[in-house]
Amino acid sequence: MKASATIIETSALRRTFKGKNKGRGRGPSPEVEAVAGVDLRVEAGEIFGFLGPNGAGKTTTLRILSTLLAPTSGTARVAGFDVARQPGEVRRRIGYVAQSGGSYRESTGREELVIQGRLFGMGKAESARRAEEILAALDLTEAADRTCGTYSGGMRRRLNIGIGMVHQPELLFLDEPTTGLDPQARARMWDEIRKLRESGTTVFLTTHYLEEADALCDRLAIIDHGRIVAEGSPGELKRQIAGDVVTVGVNGQGDKVVKLLQAQPFVREACLEDGLVRLYVDRGEEAVPNVLRLLDRNGLAPSTMNLHRPSLDDVFLKKTGRSLRESAA
Amino acid sequence: MRTTHDTWLIFERSLVLSLRNPVWVIMGIIQPVLYLLLFGPLLTNIARMPGFPPGGAFNVFVPGILVMTALFGAAFVGFGLCDEMREGVVERMLVTPTSRTAMLLGRSLRDIALLLAQALILIGLAIPFGLELNGGGILVSLAMLALIGLVMSPVSYMLALVLQTEDALAPTVNGMALPLLLLSGVMLPMSLAPDWLQTLSKLNPLYHAVAAIRSLFNANYGDSEIVFGVALLSVLAVVAVSLGARTFSRAAA
Repeated sequence: MKASATIIETSALRRTFKGKNKGRGRGPSPEVEAVAGVDLRVEAGEIFGFLGPNGAGKTTTLRILSTLLAPTSGTARVAGFDVARQPGEVRRRIGYVAQSGGSYRESTGREELVIQGRLFGMGKAESARRAEEILAALDLTEAADRTCGTYSGGMRRRLNIGIGMVHQPELLFLDEPTTGLDPQARARMWDEIRKLRESGTTVFLTTHYLEEADALCDRLAIIDHGRIVAEGSPGELKRQIAGDVVTVGVNGQGDKVVKLLQAQPFVREACLEDGLVRLYVDRGEEAVPNVLRLLDRNGLAPSTMNLHRPSLDDVFLKKTGRSLRESAA
Repeated sequence: MRTTHDTWLIFERSLVLSLRNPVWVIMGIIQPVLYLLLFGPLLTNIARMPGFPPGGAFNVFVPGILVMTALFGAAFVGFGLCDEMREGVVERMLVTPTSRTAMLLGRSLRDIALLLAQALILIGLAIPFGLELNGGGILVSLAMLALIGLVMSPVSYMLALVLQTEDALAPTVNGMALPLLLLSGVMLPMSLAPDWLQTLSKLNPLYHAVAAIRSLFNANYGDSEIVFGVALLSVLAVVAVSLGARTFSRAAA
């Protein structure tokens, strides 16, 4: 695998669309700013997530980065080339899997893989061999000669990703790879995406699922109204918020416990609420054993202990004032 | 080089898909066959009227039916593209180095291949009705039908790329194809029409194509419409293919 290198870099990326002037007025139609100045940096070898509600500008950004849409202003370099000036070079190095799929229901899985390889300049035999390889890797060998229309949702998504992988791109764009999949197929898809990272492929995906961004992505950017509102690893982002909350049940000895824990450097704040001690800490996973040891040493026995970690939704809420769960619904 | 290679790949893929599900191909030929069987015989008597062009009824009628088949066959090919767009096939191929000209030309050549196959079937079916064949004329006629396909099919794909959905495409294509058909003298020769209608029809390239193919079917090789028709269709084909290829490039912008 290559040493860490920047594979996507955008600067002040903007894209506006002419709004539909639905009124009867004669005025100029208003411009809609779908992407409003996005600065992004994605390193080679990571799974980078683009999280945001529907209509936030995720897909538009993705379409710019994959040469399907020209930016209105700003620049984007992908796999070492400028998307607007050298789209051909970019296309040779990336794979792109749209939300709408890409495989045709009346073609067979094998046919789709073979023609994709040949469109990238592979010979007949080479393309057939590569198709075989991908079918095996994605567990689609048995379905290879059936038309895609007969595939299950999960199979079809896997095939679509396979089509994007035929030419072994350095970077793969996945637009909402798990939307509409059942939990089992989603877990399977996550496994496939992790396998891609292991093989050295950088994956850039969009999602509006908090759990997916959290569980799957090494780093992510949260986008809302065409702007990036936060960027970092899921852990970093959540820590920026408020830290973790540890609650301890203490059987009437609350005041004593609060006093003891307040003095500790790792505790930001401690208070008593409804008979439970609430501790605000930076790293909950480290605080829990520390708290236990301290209480034990002082002859105090906790009855219950709970660790609440802020979710990415808390991050989204803080940055945008709205809950992503509500926006996505 | 790249364009030729890619054109062949797209042509092959498209043809395989069309033959796998030949509903459109069959639908495309049923209508002209019905015209041939149920309308053609009416013309045998009309052919004796003054103003009817020279040649047997079917030698006048079949060229019109062939042009109609080419016009309608090619004008509706955009529907298939709408379907491919909805499934993301077009977008997927736009993010490959595939030549944009090939994306258009590969499909249009498939359309032409199917259209020529339909034409040959129609000609074969018309022989028992009294169509008189002459080899050279038929060959040039087929070339002209191919040119009509090479004009109309890119236009249909362009409209599909711009309009995106079948719902928007259907009325547009109908609105375009029907006047072209009526003003081409396909059903009845325009020589029967009043002056103003004749003048109007002369602005329609298909009018000249029909006139040229009728002359070719009747071995009237001296007719200037033949050279004019071929030249006009060739120019239009070049324009349509360039614009169509550009629309494919713009589809990724």
